[in-house]
Formats: sequence, C-alpha cells, structure tokens
Amino acid sequence: MEIIKIGMADLGVAKPPSRLRTTGLGSCVGVVLYDHIHKVAGMAHVMLPESSLAKGGELSVGKYADTAIPTLIQQMQNEGAASRNMIAKLAGGAQMFAFLGTNDMMRIGPRNVEACKMALQAAQIKVIAEDTGGNCGRTIEFDSTTGMLQIRTVNQGVKEV
Amino acid sequence: MAYFTNFGDFQFDVLREIGNIGAGHAATALSQLMQKAIDMKVPQVRIIPFDEVADCVGGAENVVVTVFLRVEGDSPGNMFFILDMDSARHLLTQITGIDKEVGEWEELQISALHEVGNILTGSYLSSLADLTKLNLQPSVPGLAVDMAGAILSYGLYALGQSGDFALTIDTAFFEGNEQVKGNFFLIPDPESLPILFRSLGVPFDGDY
Repeated sequence: MEIIKIGMADLGVAKPPSRLRTTGLGSCVGVVLYDHIHKVAGMAHVMLPESSLAKGGELSVGKYADTAIPTLIQQMQNEGAASRNMIAKLAGGAQMFAFLGTNDMMRIGPRNVEACKMALQAAQIKVIAEDTGGNCGRTIEFDSTTGMLQIRTVNQGVKEV
Repeated sequence: MAYFTNFGDFQFDVLREIGNIGAGHAATALSQLMQKAIDMKVPQVRIIPFDEVADCVGGAENVVVTVFLRVEGDSPGNMFFILDMDSARHLLTQITGIDKEVGEWEELQISALHEVGNILTGSYLSSLADLTKLNLQPSVPGLAVDMAGAILSYGLYALGQSGDFALTIDTAFFEGNEQVKGNFFLIPDPESLPILFRSLGVPFDGDY
C-alpha cells in the first residue's frame, strides 16, 4: 500500500489501494474529493483563500482554494473520475492563536474554509463531512478504497469521517 | 527561486549576525531566569520550501511548545520561540519549582511559559531594534502546544502570497547538559528584507 504525501500548497490524486496523506494542517485546509463509483480520490493542502492575494510571480495553483479545487477536479477527471459523482470532505482551518483574531491575516483559517466551500459549491460538489475550526493542528489520511478520512489531533486522538 | 535573486554570502552573513545578536540577548535573559549557563549554536539562515520549515524542529507532526508573536512596525515579520515537550517541562520545573507532566499543566504552567516566551522574544526583538534603529513592536504573544507544522505555517501566510520559499533565521540554544533546548525563529515578511538591509547599510538590490 502506497501512501502519497501531499505537501503544503500541493495537491495529488490516488487510486486504490493508495492512501493520500497531509500533515500538520493548522489554518490550512485539507480538501478531499472522492468519486466512489470510479474509486478516484484527490487531496489538496490549501494555504490561502483566493488567488487574487498573489503578488506577482509564478502562480502555484495548489496554494489557493479557488485554483486548487478546479485543478484537483480536472486531475481526477483525467484519471477517469466524473465530477457528478464527487463528494467532498474538509479538515483544518483552525485558529491556532485565538488572541490574534482581529487581524484579517490571522483569521486565515475560517476564511480558507469559507473559500473552499464556495469553490466546491461552484463545482456543485457536496461537502458530506467536515472537521474544521477549533484551535488544534490536524494530520489527515484518506483511504481511496473505502473513502474514509482519518483525522488525527494531538489532544483528541484519531477520528474517522 | 525567483524571489531570492542577488542574495550573496555577505547578505547571508548579515542575517546570521542578526540571529546571533537577537538570540544572544534572549539566551542571556533565559540564563538569568534559569540561573544556569545557556549556550547557543551558530544561527542557520535558510531559504527553504514551506514544507521543510517544520523539518528544522523535528517534522510537521512533532509536538512542540511555541510562543508566537507578530513583529509590527517598520520591518514586519513573525517570531517563534520553540521548545520540545521535555525541555518545556524541565524549564518549568526550574522556574516554578514544581515538576508536572505535560498533560497535567495548569494555569500556572501555561502562564509561566507564556511569560518566559514573552521575555525572550521581547529581548530578541528589542536588541534587533537597537541594532537597526528601526521601529519594531511585538504583538501580544500567543502560546500553543501542538504540531510544529500547524504552528509554523502561521509564519508563512504573508510569504505565501508572493512565493513558495521562506527565509528563516533559526538559532538553537541549549542549557549545559541539554535538558532544555529550543529554537528561535525569525521569518521576515517579503517586503521587510530590503528595509532590514538598508537600515544596516548593506547593499541589496534583489527582490524577496
């Protein structure tokens, strides 16, 4: 069984029996898409809400919610998935340091979650499970065979959605 | 690495010296708090992909105690004071006189760590302000005990808007017998580097 590691601002696609994994999600959001009929899974580690925040340079599509999600859908379609079968699961978007909540940059977690949901809505993909917000870091692993998402935190142990 | 053009040995040396002076003052403050000798390693200045930042403190999933503050003023950035769990426990025992397992920490322990972080990052920052004559103010510091990747990513959002690499000034310190060891991280915002260099009279015409 292969575990495909998705880095920060990265995305990737997997088929059974592979698993997708991303570690140390703080206010970043882990987006998982899954076509349960064709058994194609995708994961993105979204760092910022909108690509309009980019200040020049080469655009890294995996970094922003509004570019990562359409790209991920496209890559999954290339592997035989159909977007009408896709469902989404979200994890992350925490606010690790609550006191900084007034600063817009520091509210980045909730903003990332909102932006992911908007991009998913635009693609007509339903979010069937989420573990977002709070103030803890998360590590997630998605099983492309069963469609289960495992979420690990430091204080609350492991849960599956 | 389009964003780190014209970065020569001299510029790296200057940033290492910033780490040396800042962390040196912080280590002195820690030494006074603990009444023990504190040693420092040579600061590491790295230009690394985001993913590798957490590797400097044991990987994205390694659980660490961190005091984080935002540097505001002329040359904004993010500062982290990071301890592994055992070190935090030893430090607390030393300072409060009470030995408690990590899971049993109460208000007193959390508050003491907060204050230690506050003092140390404050002395790092004020020595940097003295050196550069820049106006630098710390935000209220925040404390988190969690995965290093989740915490350090907070220092990367401003950078994330303009590139995929971070410049980190990382200084490790340790008490004589290594019971307490940790790191100071300074991650300047992209627009801060030219300001820092200019304030020290260092030639720098590159983008960051």
